Amino acid sequence: MRPGRRLFLKGVLALAALAAIPRALLAMAWPANAFGAIAASDAMTEIYGTDQSTPSDAITLGAPEIAENGAVVPISIETTLADVQSIGVIVDKNPRPLAVFFEIFPGTQANVACRIKMSETSPVRAIVKTPGGLFSTEKEVKVTIGGCGG
Amino acid sequence: MASKIKVKVKLKGDVAEVKSLMMHPMETGSRKDPDNGATIPAHHITQLTFTNNDKPVMVIDCSTAVSRDPFFSFNFTGAKAGDTFVVDWVDNKGETDRTELVLE
Repeated sequence: MRPGRRLFLKGVLALAALAAIPRALLAMAWPANAFGAIAASDAMTEIYGTDQSTPSDAITLGAPEIAENGAVVPISIETTLADVQSIGVIVDKNPRPLAVFFEIFPGTQANVACRIKMSETSPVRAIVKTPGGLFSTEKEVKVTIGGCGG
Repeated sequence: MASKIKVKVKLKGDVAEVKSLMMHPMETGSRKDPDNGATIPAHHITQLTFTNNDKPVMVIDCSTAVSRDPFFSFNFTGAKAGDTFVVDWVDNKGETDRTELVLE
């Protein structure tokens, strides 16, 4: 057997072993590539494998219509979708669009809140992952003073 | 060093309402020092983990776009008085903070 093939097989076995660990015991490694992506579609593809999501009324994205201070924009996301696995927040016009990513465990309710920075007026998108696919909702937030200090 | 994480967990039946506040500069890496114009290097929390009785209930992955002194809230079910709730985070420089409380 050629060494290249042996190495490949080892890799496959290692992956299979990783997949066997129950999801609840293993947090995802910090997704550096997704957070480093400059285009929103690249960030989505890095973290979800696709940049497509289905718009859904079952997700409520709470965000101010006008944020006077882009350094502190309070947002909240709530959804009635079942079996939520994760909630991602994408700010399309930020220098790095993926802002924050919540990994939801069984028993944890899909309602989260946090404060994010926005560099300029932009759509803010909440992406909810369930076994049934990716669902999203978006809201435009107007920013008076940008909060990335560039 | 004493933990600089502030966390409150309110039990309502078996639902726990978590509110947490971290102390962290969350530097984006694009800000310049007003005195000498030098770029201030990025310094931000990368991952927060919340566990209840060693069972993970929430993991939050952060970019630099999370505001200074990050605040997070969420709810989870299956909690009861006496449970041990732990919050910890790690940042991009490898610094960590951790706090622990017993639910009541």
